Amino acid sequence: MKGSVIISASNLVKWFGEGEARTVAVKQASFEAQYGEMLYIVGPSGSGKTTLLSMISGILRPNEGSVIVENQDIWSMKDDDLADLRLNKIGFVFQDYHLFPRLTTVENVAIPLILKKTEWNAAMELARDYLDIVGLKDRADLQPVKLSGGEQQRVAIARAIAGQPDILIFDEPTASLDGDTGRKIVEFVKTNILNEKRAIIIVTHDSRIYEYADRIMKMEDGKIVGYESGYENSQQHEK
Amino acid sequence: MVEMKPVSGIYRVALKLLMNDKSKFTALLVGITFAVFLMVMMMSMFSGILARSCAPVYNIGAKIWVMDPAVNNTNSSIPMPDYILSASRSIPGVKYSVPLYFGSALVKLKNGAYQAATVVGLDDATLFGRPEMIEGRIEDIFADNAFVVVKDAEYAKLESPKIGTQFEINDNSATVVGLAKVASSGLFGIPTLYTTYNRAITYIPSARFTTSYVLIEPKSDADIPGIQKAIAKLGYEALTRDQFVKKVSNFYTYKTGVGMNIMMMTAISFVVGLSISGQTFYTFILENIGKFGAMKAIGAKGNELVSMILVQAVVTSLIGYGLGVGAASTFMIIAKWRVPDYAAQLTYPTLGLALVMVMIIAGFSSYIGVRKVLQIQPFDIFRG
Ligand SMILES: Nc1ncnc2c1ncn2[C@@H]1O[C@H](COP(=O)(O)OP(=O)(O)O)[C@@H](O)[C@H]1O
Ligand SMILES: [Mg+2]
Repeated sequence: MKGSVIISASNLVKWFGEGEARTVAVKQASFEAQYGEMLYIVGPSGSGKTTLLSMISGILRPNEGSVIVENQDIWSMKDDDLADLRLNKIGFVFQDYHLFPRLTTVENVAIPLILKKTEWNAAMELARDYLDIVGLKDRADLQPVKLSGGEQQRVAIARAIAGQPDILIFDEPTASLDGDTGRKIVEFVKTNILNEKRAIIIVTHDSRIYEYADRIMKMEDGKIVGYESGYENSQQHEK
Repeated sequence: MVEMKPVSGIYRVALKLLMNDKSKFTALLVGITFAVFLMVMMMSMFSGILARSCAPVYNIGAKIWVMDPAVNNTNSSIPMPDYILSASRSIPGVKYSVPLYFGSALVKLKNGAYQAATVVGLDDATLFGRPEMIEGRIEDIFADNAFVVVKDAEYAKLESPKIGTQFEINDNSATVVGLAKVASSGLFGIPTLYTTYNRAITYIPSARFTTSYVLIEPKSDADIPGIQKAIAKLGYEALTRDQFVKKVSNFYTYKTGVGMNIMMMTAISFVVGLSISGQTFYTFILENIGKFGAMKAIGAKGNELVSMILVQAVVTSLIGYGLGVGAASTFMIIAKWRVPDYAAQLTYPTLGLALVMVMIIAGFSSYIGVRKVLQIQPFDIFRG
């Protein structure tokens, strides 16, 4: 499986606003992501990274172009089918986590399972296992606000993997963490979450974590302008 | 053990989201409970007053009441000439018809004080409309100066008389020969005495005419319209029990301002409840909008989010309804115990109406929540 294509985006175009006010956020973007890889999308702020990420994960409809996820043309699907696709195939880690403050940590992690109609107690048990994977089993019954930023990020990761997705999407995962914590989390994701049956796509402009990338895709002004290997990049960074 | 349906998981999440937000949940409950309490109190007071105002109609129990068309409540009867009674007896379909005296008198108590009382005079031949005796025999009502006293909340105002107690009614002496009870007590807070029709009209001076009501028992219900027409030809009005109750209720509802005031107060309670809970619920949704958006991104469908919000609104409203009704009935029980005359009564229509209003509050609150949640673009969550 490793190396074969999981996501294929062709000629994606997205603009916002109409007439004079129209800004084209993504211009004719085509790329592929493969099973077993950790793909970074990097570029300056406003270059269209989040927009591109949203289009390939079934959240934002492109104006032109298509996205194929595991042989399905996702933008020809009905809304509810697309919701099911996100639920079953894609895990999201949002920049500011979006954990429910009124639920316990384990209940937060169980959300995708509950949406998949897993029976409550079974969902809680599974969610505990995922919290164990991210090393937070002892925090299961606390509210997320009682946790540090890095711990909350790991709860968000546990929630993202609880639905056993093939694709994991991270938008700026280290933006609100200190350098050390950020690096540790990405390293953890690379060694424990990434496997041959999934792809992880990370949007970032945090060069301190470039070393964990398998490939780095660069964007500028809505266009994909080239690739680098993560290793090369981190060498440059260290010089 | 009961297996939980898997689908209920999201409802459980929905309820936890709301109920764990203690301050909002409390505010919602207080708002709804308060509104329900006020609505139920208002409407119960109103039903109580209406039931009281119609008490004699229920207590006497006649099928058809003949009266002057201008009568609008039981206690201000307008005397009719005697020929109405004899005329009614020759109407086809009338099984029997009897006169009823209904008026008020002043009772002079032993200590010299006067107390107003309602006097009901029953037809001498049949004693039609007789009350249920709790002491003494109804036949004793034919004895000299005999009166039967109703033992209700007003009983004490006659210094709690016993069999044999004497007092004066309009300067005639009267003797208590029995105590009775009736189904419902009246609105005016004065004691009730029963005697015979003939004694009533001799004790209580009146103008030309003496008959307050003529009570008719029809041969069958099918005869009622014919009887009503025949009475109308005489220039009087024959009403069934339900029509009479309706007439009296309409009088109190529309002609006295009682109905208008109660309706206004109920409407105000409703609007207050609606705005408190609508506002609080809306704030709750706004505070959690990012989270609902995240759920949508993760894969929650639109109808799942809508049903979560509905469950939150409906469950909260039902709890508020239960608390409000509980508070109102507790209040009424205590009030009845402290104030024997307390009129409010909780009826099923009141409970139903309050439930409908609470459901409107729930519907309104969830509508504004649902609109907000359906508008969320998960993309906005991504962009932060
Ligand atoms: N909802 C929107 N309405 C208008 N313009 C938008 C919207 N979303 C994104 N844009 C614009 O599209 C461009 C790309 O945005 P984005 O994808 O968020 O960039 P990045 O994630 O690389 O910082 C920016 O110029 C941004 O202002
Ligand atoms: Mg971005």
